[in-house]
Amino acid sequence: MNMLADTKKRAEMVFDKHKVLISLLLLAFLVLLPLISNKSYVMGVMCRILMYATLAGALNIINGYSGQTCLGVAGFFCFGAYTEAILATKVGLNFWLCIPLAGVITALVGLLVAWPTLKMSGIYLAIVTLGFSEIARLLALNATPLTGGALGIKNIPVPEFFGIVIKNSRSYYYLFLVLAIVFIFVSNRVIKSKIGRAWMSIREDELASKSLGVNASVYKAFNFMYGAFWIGVVGCVYAPYVRFIDSTYFTLDEGWNILSMVILGGQGTFIGPVIGSIIVNFLTEVLRPIGQWRLVAFALLIIIMMWYRPQGLAGATDSKLAGNKMVKKLQDRGKKHD
Amino acid sequence: MIETLKQPVLSTDHICMYFGGLHAVEDVSLNIQKGDIYGIIGPNGAGKTTLFNACTGFNVPTKGKVFLCGEDITNLKPEQIAKKGMARTFQNIKLFKYMSVLDNIKIGFHLNLKSNLVDTVLHTKQFKADETYAIEKGREILDLVGLSKYTDTKAGNLPYGVQRKVEIARALAINPKILLLDEPAAGMNPNETQELSVYILKINSLGYTVGVIEHDMKFVMNTCNRIIVLNFGQQICEGTPHVIKTNQNVREAYFGKGIVAGGAINVAAEN
Repeated sequence: MNMLADTKKRAEMVFDKHKVLISLLLLAFLVLLPLISNKSYVMGVMCRILMYATLAGALNIINGYSGQTCLGVAGFFCFGAYTEAILATKVGLNFWLCIPLAGVITALVGLLVAWPTLKMSGIYLAIVTLGFSEIARLLALNATPLTGGALGIKNIPVPEFFGIVIKNSRSYYYLFLVLAIVFIFVSNRVIKSKIGRAWMSIREDELASKSLGVNASVYKAFNFMYGAFWIGVVGCVYAPYVRFIDSTYFTLDEGWNILSMVILGGQGTFIGPVIGSIIVNFLTEVLRPIGQWRLVAFALLIIIMMWYRPQGLAGATDSKLAGNKMVKKLQDRGKKHD
Repeated sequence: MIETLKQPVLSTDHICMYFGGLHAVEDVSLNIQKGDIYGIIGPNGAGKTTLFNACTGFNVPTKGKVFLCGEDITNLKPEQIAKKGMARTFQNIKLFKYMSVLDNIKIGFHLNLKSNLVDTVLHTKQFKADETYAIEKGREILDLVGLSKYTDTKAGNLPYGVQRKVEIARALAINPKILLLDEPAAGMNPNETQELSVYILKINSLGYTVGVIEHDMKFVMNTCNRIIVLNFGQQICEGTPHVIKTNQNVREAYFGKGIVAGGAINVAAEN
């Protein structure tokens, strides 16, 4: 564990030193990746990694930065995807217009979930959001005139970008890449501002932040809306990518999957959800031969992580999210060295 | 003109706070004038912290009213009261432990920053002005109170006494009309208490009005210029330290009746 912390510290130092260079190199690599390997299998996996990185990142804004426990990510995802599918097939709305619309509608749904639950926290909020996730799925399953019920929505039109039809996984790769970059860029700025500081102060100590004039209720609700907005946007891109959606895409399993990425990678960090997404998607592919048993492997992995590194792989050892256990361990170690 | 001069910064008007059958605060009226260091003392369970909570909106008083500079703030929420200009600290230190001292202070500037979501995303002039304001003002406050060497230290790693000072400095960031301190010297050794006394006098000399709950009599008598004494939720005395020291009711509340009157001893001797 010590080694991991050291590696992280060293990586951070190197990154701080050559921030622009590393970012540009990484960007160039990601842009040129389809030239290296153009197999649709590889591109498909890359699409999934990018998509889940954004989803997990958005969930991390809620769970990691403001300390609210949201388990209903699949529900928001469902709303975003269905919004696009319905608007594109029934109304014939342009895909690019659907993106902000889906985001805003999902954010409003987020407000609807957050407003009555402002006084809840921890497991109580978790249960409510869990219920919301199931309600969203059942709504999609039963509102047949609008959502097609159990048959789902077929033939979702493919988007076009100045004459280029976004159809194969390679072009979707670029779409997801742009989305992930925009998400990280915007969220990074939001977190490093008054708004992000207010969220983190609520996570650390709600009473104290209230005494300093932070309107905790408004910021908690806004936090939910912000996270839900991005989850909705990803859902909106996801719908034309798979071209067919039904309610089975948005079960609780999907929610757990995304949550496990956040937890594995590290809550309250930007790189955490990305790492989590890479690990989980990579393991999904590697463990395909053992079929359903891979879920057992995931469960074991999460339990081991919870035990040894509760703050996740990239999480800071000295943060509230690490629990007191890690801090205490470090302090003990420090004493031994002295 | 004289009217406005005499208007207290914080006043409570026959304030009562009941928890079911328990009368935690019963009919307390106090007036804190501008420039005061106002002490609130009393035995354990006298209702001092409850009185604070009722003033700062963490509890809603059962009866009575609270005024801040003549404005009724009785039923407002804590964050609204903070916006009106009342800052407080807590009995058990509530710092954001895993943030640096400067970040702690920055959150105190929350109300002064005007940038919205669009400003934040686009990094407009407003946003940049806000951020430089928060950093510069934060450093200024830390310089002023002599904590600048801890600027980038994680708040949770500081010694207890310094954490108290940081919490007070953070409360100063909202530029309060009145600063309420809940047992700032609790758990401190005599040296730290002495330092804290100097620190509070310094803050007071900068023009801040301070209200302070404390158990340490030496601290209270040396620091405060007016004192109110509570016992079982009721106000038993108010005045300058000298008045408090000589008041019979206060002595009874702290030391008991028998010994002061000498009656019990006399009875025992006669038998």
